[in-house]
Amino acid sequence: MKLTKEQQAILDGSQGKTMAKVLESVIRYGELFGAEKLVPVTSKYNHLVTSFGLKALGPVYDLMGKLIEDGVVSQQKFSCDPRPLDKKVPKNFLQNLIFNKFMYSKQDFYEGQLEKLGLLDKDAFTCTCYMDEVGNKPNKGEVLSWAESSAVVYANSVLGARCNRNSGIMDIMGSIVGFVPYFGLVTDEGRKANWVIEIKTTKKPEAQLLGSAIGMKVMEDVPYVVGLDKWLGNELNDEVCTYLKDFGAATASNGAVGLYHIENLTPEAVELGKKLVNKDAKVYVIDDAELQRVYDSYPVIWKNKDAKPKLCFMGCPHMSYQQLVSWTEKLEKGLQESGNKKVLIPTVFTASPGVLKKFEQTEYAQKLKSMGVIVSYICPLMYMNNPLCGKMPVITSSNKLRTYTTARYYTDDEILLQLTKGGKN
Amino acid sequence: MKTFKGRVIAPGEVKAEALVSHGGLNTLASFQKALQFGDKKATCGDQNNKDLYGKQMAGKALCLPQTIGSTTGGLVLYCACSMGRQPACMLFSNPIDSLAGAGVILADVWLEGDQTKMPVIDSLGEEFLNYVKDGMTITIKDGGVVEVE
Repeated sequence: MKLTKEQQAILDGSQGKTMAKVLESVIRYGELFGAEKLVPVTSKYNHLVTSFGLKALGPVYDLMGKLIEDGVVSQQKFSCDPRPLDKKVPKNFLQNLIFNKFMYSKQDFYEGQLEKLGLLDKDAFTCTCYMDEVGNKPNKGEVLSWAESSAVVYANSVLGARCNRNSGIMDIMGSIVGFVPYFGLVTDEGRKANWVIEIKTTKKPEAQLLGSAIGMKVMEDVPYVVGLDKWLGNELNDEVCTYLKDFGAATASNGAVGLYHIENLTPEAVELGKKLVNKDAKVYVIDDAELQRVYDSYPVIWKNKDAKPKLCFMGCPHMSYQQLVSWTEKLEKGLQESGNKKVLIPTVFTASPGVLKKFEQTEYAQKLKSMGVIVSYICPLMYMNNPLCGKMPVITSSNKLRTYTTARYYTDDEILLQLTKGGKN
Repeated sequence: MKTFKGRVIAPGEVKAEALVSHGGLNTLASFQKALQFGDKKATCGDQNNKDLYGKQMAGKALCLPQTIGSTTGGLVLYCACSMGRQPACMLFSNPIDSLAGAGVILADVWLEGDQTKMPVIDSLGEEFLNYVKDGMTITIKDGGVVEVE
């Protein structure tokens, strides 16, 4: 890799041995993928994927401790993925014990480290840092050193920022030294599509299902989606951005997509159109039958497949303000129709602290609470990532949560039916 | 015996028993329980991986196409190396993915001591993964040469 004089000096130890190792990590990581140079990180803030004080990650805390001790901290302030625990979220005695005494016993310690490393503020814990209410929203063309997969795909695709699918720890390394390797999604060439996805459904496709289908087909490639603007329109308003948030998270978790283009909608597709598509791009046609095939392919890994759901999690990635309002309205209508007053399954809606603060100032918050729904800033994935939850019948419309845990996927309409009418139409 | 050649990601020579995952290795799902509950054998906890679920990963020559799943994958691999619960080596049939690549580099740069080392070779090709079976003996030699018998 060709380094500038400044970079070579850092590598040679001009800013100390620890900073030299940080830069060495970034360089060697880039070299694996053919990067010939480093480029400056230009976003105002960074975002870290590692937010949880999981006891098992002791070596990560040792490494963070070393960085703090040597004064090698981030030049950027950063937001961080959601906290794993919230007292408001239902837990039984055993779960409480395991969460607090075994799994996340390092949470307070780790949050102390994050503050020293440059955490934006104590409420900067969310996977949707790009929401206006949170304020870590990069501009088009800015280069990032992020790792959270759902945030990376959103920043690349909807905001037009440039970021590879980095791993945790590598995210903070790039931010500390101020450079990331120039390869993949940071380059013009790496942002071209090698798949054309033709949407031929008879109704607006479910975001989480469509994203899953595309992710499983293209894996880490870049898809250029044609025909979705028919259903979403040509404006990136709150509702469309929410759709793309959930769609993107599914492409990233069911596959490894870091960037997608939606014709006539996302910024680079509007600007460059089909010039973004490589000549030898493959074609994947998605119609109603294909979405049904994908839906039917999901395994149900509950011990008792017919078990009554004990918990419903919505908000992986965290819900937007628009989503919280629209779900409050849908639940209100559904419960009125069924004659029920409260949701029939214990339900948790998760969103960023900033979004929750805004939501709680509205009449919708009280309505949602009166229907028995808990709102929380928790990470559902981290809540479920333990042996006890493997036996617990949890439902969700998040394809990310379905992929990483034993939660069972239902479409939004099916979830609504479960919550308001016990699953019966 | 058959010989394959790939690209050296982390150097080292080792001889170990093969453990094969034909699908991608979900690093977080596979290692979390083992790291959490002090399982020195690093028993694979990923229920979705039929090839590996319930099998010991520590000390084995882990043969796989790529890693998948959460972008915490790299740091989980880093932790496994730091705690001495890593595979004896990792052998990728595909070019290494960015998550595993980051984990391997971080371990190589930041950790010290022989017990943390894990030789890694990628780009061994589809034929490698078709040929290698659980229990075969893998020998890694200089220059990315992998012997399977």
